Amino acid sequence: MNRFASPPEVVERLRVGDYLSDESIATVVFLADRLGKPVLVEGPAGTGKTELAKSVARALDAHLIRLQCYEGVDEAKALYEWNYKKQLLRIQAEQGHEQTWEQVETNIFSEDFLLERPLLAAIRASGPTVLLIDEIDKTDFEFEGLLLELLSDFQVTIPEMGTVVAQQIPFVFLTSNNTRELSEALKRRCLYLYLDYPDLEREKAIVLARVPELPEMLADQIVRLVRSIRAMELKKAPSIAETLDWARTLLHLGVTEMDEDTARRTLTVLLKYQTDVEKVAGHLKIAPNPRDN
Amino acid sequence: MLARLLDFTHALRRAGVPVAASENIDALRALGHVPFDDRDAFRAALATTMVKNEAHRTAFDTLFELYFGAAPTPEATDSRDSSEGPVDQEQYLEDLFRMLLSGDASGLRDLARRAVAAFGRVDMPQGGSPYFQYRVFRAVDLDAMMRRLMEELAQRSDLSALEQQLWRDEFEARVRGFREEVDAEVRRRLAEHRGPEAVARHSVRPLPEDLEFVRATRDEIAQLRRAIRPLARKLATRLAMRRKHARRGRLDVRKTVRHSLSTGGVPFDTRYRHRTPHKPELFLLCDISGSVSAFARFTLMFVHGFQSQFSRVRSFVFVDTLDEVTHFFENEDFVAAVDRMQAEANVVWLDGHSDYGTSLRRFWEQYGGSLGPRASVLILGDARNNYRSSEAWVVKSLKQKARRVFWLNPEPVRYWDTGDSIASEYARYADGMIEVRNLRQLEEFIGRVV
Repeated sequence: MNRFASPPEVVERLRVGDYLSDESIATVVFLADRLGKPVLVEGPAGTGKTELAKSVARALDAHLIRLQCYEGVDEAKALYEWNYKKQLLRIQAEQGHEQTWEQVETNIFSEDFLLERPLLAAIRASGPTVLLIDEIDKTDFEFEGLLLELLSDFQVTIPEMGTVVAQQIPFVFLTSNNTRELSEALKRRCLYLYLDYPDLEREKAIVLARVPELPEMLADQIVRLVRSIRAMELKKAPSIAETLDWARTLLHLGVTEMDEDTARRTLTVLLKYQTDVEKVAGHLKIAPNPRDN
Repeated sequence: MLARLLDFTHALRRAGVPVAASENIDALRALGHVPFDDRDAFRAALATTMVKNEAHRTAFDTLFELYFGAAPTPEATDSRDSSEGPVDQEQYLEDLFRMLLSGDASGLRDLARRAVAAFGRVDMPQGGSPYFQYRVFRAVDLDAMMRRLMEELAQRSDLSALEQQLWRDEFEARVRGFREEVDAEVRRRLAEHRGPEAVARHSVRPLPEDLEFVRATRDEIAQLRRAIRPLARKLATRLAMRRKHARRGRLDVRKTVRHSLSTGGVPFDTRYRHRTPHKPELFLLCDISGSVSAFARFTLMFVHGFQSQFSRVRSFVFVDTLDEVTHFFENEDFVAAVDRMQAEANVVWLDGHSDYGTSLRRFWEQYGGSLGPRASVLILGDARNNYRSSEAWVVKSLKQKARRVFWLNPEPVRYWDTGDSIASEYARYADGMIEVRNLRQLEEFIGRVV
């Protein structure tokens, strides 16, 4: 597939869709397209893993099919299911008519009785498609086995109907928060991309792109503070999403320059645990005001 | 090129990064699509096809620099030649100071190269001339440099305390970056000199989970602390999953019939009664005297990282007497709790040398009553008792009251029973004495016991 001409073109087209990538992201997306392989995206929560898939879909003007994984998701929820109730109705409706069992069987195991789930939908789609399998680490181990055929050959086997082969290779993203180790077999079939917290320049650019009204000076202070905070040992380090929330909060409060008082009062937007708030306040020497507690 | 790539693959595998043959082929296919002269794209293409775990990335980057490192730029070669003549150290330090203040990344990289060329070389009589980090840092004292930066900062009275702290963090990051550049440059020059293979063997540090507790350096301890939270979380997920799968109980007729209504009365899906899972109680007894404290601390952190998998965890620490520290872990931050515990627990009674006998007896007298048939006891320590009385009968009595008693020993098996170690005296009564030298072994053990 040649959906992108070069990595720089990926950067450019993602940027139009308001996603600021960098060279390594662009190279991986570009290679995934050329090699026709799925991309496994890992990284801390809130670094734009899901957003990347959505942005690629926007850039390609493709249909986004999303499978949100959770504990206990299975074939029937992810791939396809036979519509029992409709089949039973059909069998009852047939009563009285002269039909052989073979005829009934071919009837009830046909297209009409098939409930299409996201994975099958992505395989059978005719237009450009991006398939997002979100939070794959939440699933049980067995579910990964189900994905292997799909990810390496882009086909699905339905015993009653035969093998469905993809008409066009969809762009596949799998995201993981790394709460468990994925199987080697699955990893081998994917290209790997680790999305870490962005560096200073890129995060600043992201903040300015998403909150354009923000003064540049303030954006600079925000990202520097956030970087200092991330270097600490915390229960939950602030993600890009939280940086953006903080930027918006400050904007709404009419703050134009960060000072200790502002930082102290708004730190809770950035940090989700009281112990973290205290630790950060201690490090930045802005001990929480006793009045606030 | 192909040969180089294969060598690189071998080096990765030796460093513990699993690269499958199919991944190697993918890497080659990927290289066909990126411009040959674009080094960053080249690196990204190799990384995405060969490294599927972020923990392996440092090893990959180190080795990549060795095997595909940039050829020295013309300026760098010049400066190496000019290094035959004396480089003015004063002038160099001044340059470095200015550059750290301005924070120009490429300027700092050049300076790092110059530093290695100028100060890092040792001329060997055999004609070789290897380079050494320590020589560079003897000439370029980074701690002094940091102090100078701080002084400069203190003079800026227009900055608020908050700004000051931000700048301090910034400078620390820049100095750290410079140090890494020097390390990389030294490795690169050595690789040029001796071939990448020889250097690769020594320059890749083990992954955090393979680090030995007892021998970890200060930087590595920091790494371990960062690794411990995700590892604990992973293990907790795995244990919870296993428990969930194990709890399919007897057929629940009522639920099955109710559910069959949606399929016209035909019971397609059978439903089962859930059994309430049994969660073990855990008692941890940790020796936190100097020699093994790192091990005990990490075990405490690790176990408290998945407390939810136990009905109760009680922790005790001892040196020559014992104290309960469970309450330190009640507030959620288990990593910080260990620091507080170390400072506040009352564990030294006499002289601060390990005394297993007294500590065990005290545990038995004071807390033995709370042990029940569901309790597992873990004793952590090297069993080096400084030739005091062992009181091994306590372990025997613990074994009778509790479900299981395990002893985790951070020393390699071959050191057991040497010197003042009385490992086997205790091991006789416990369900097992297990060697646990790194996080991986610890994780395995805990996974098996729970």
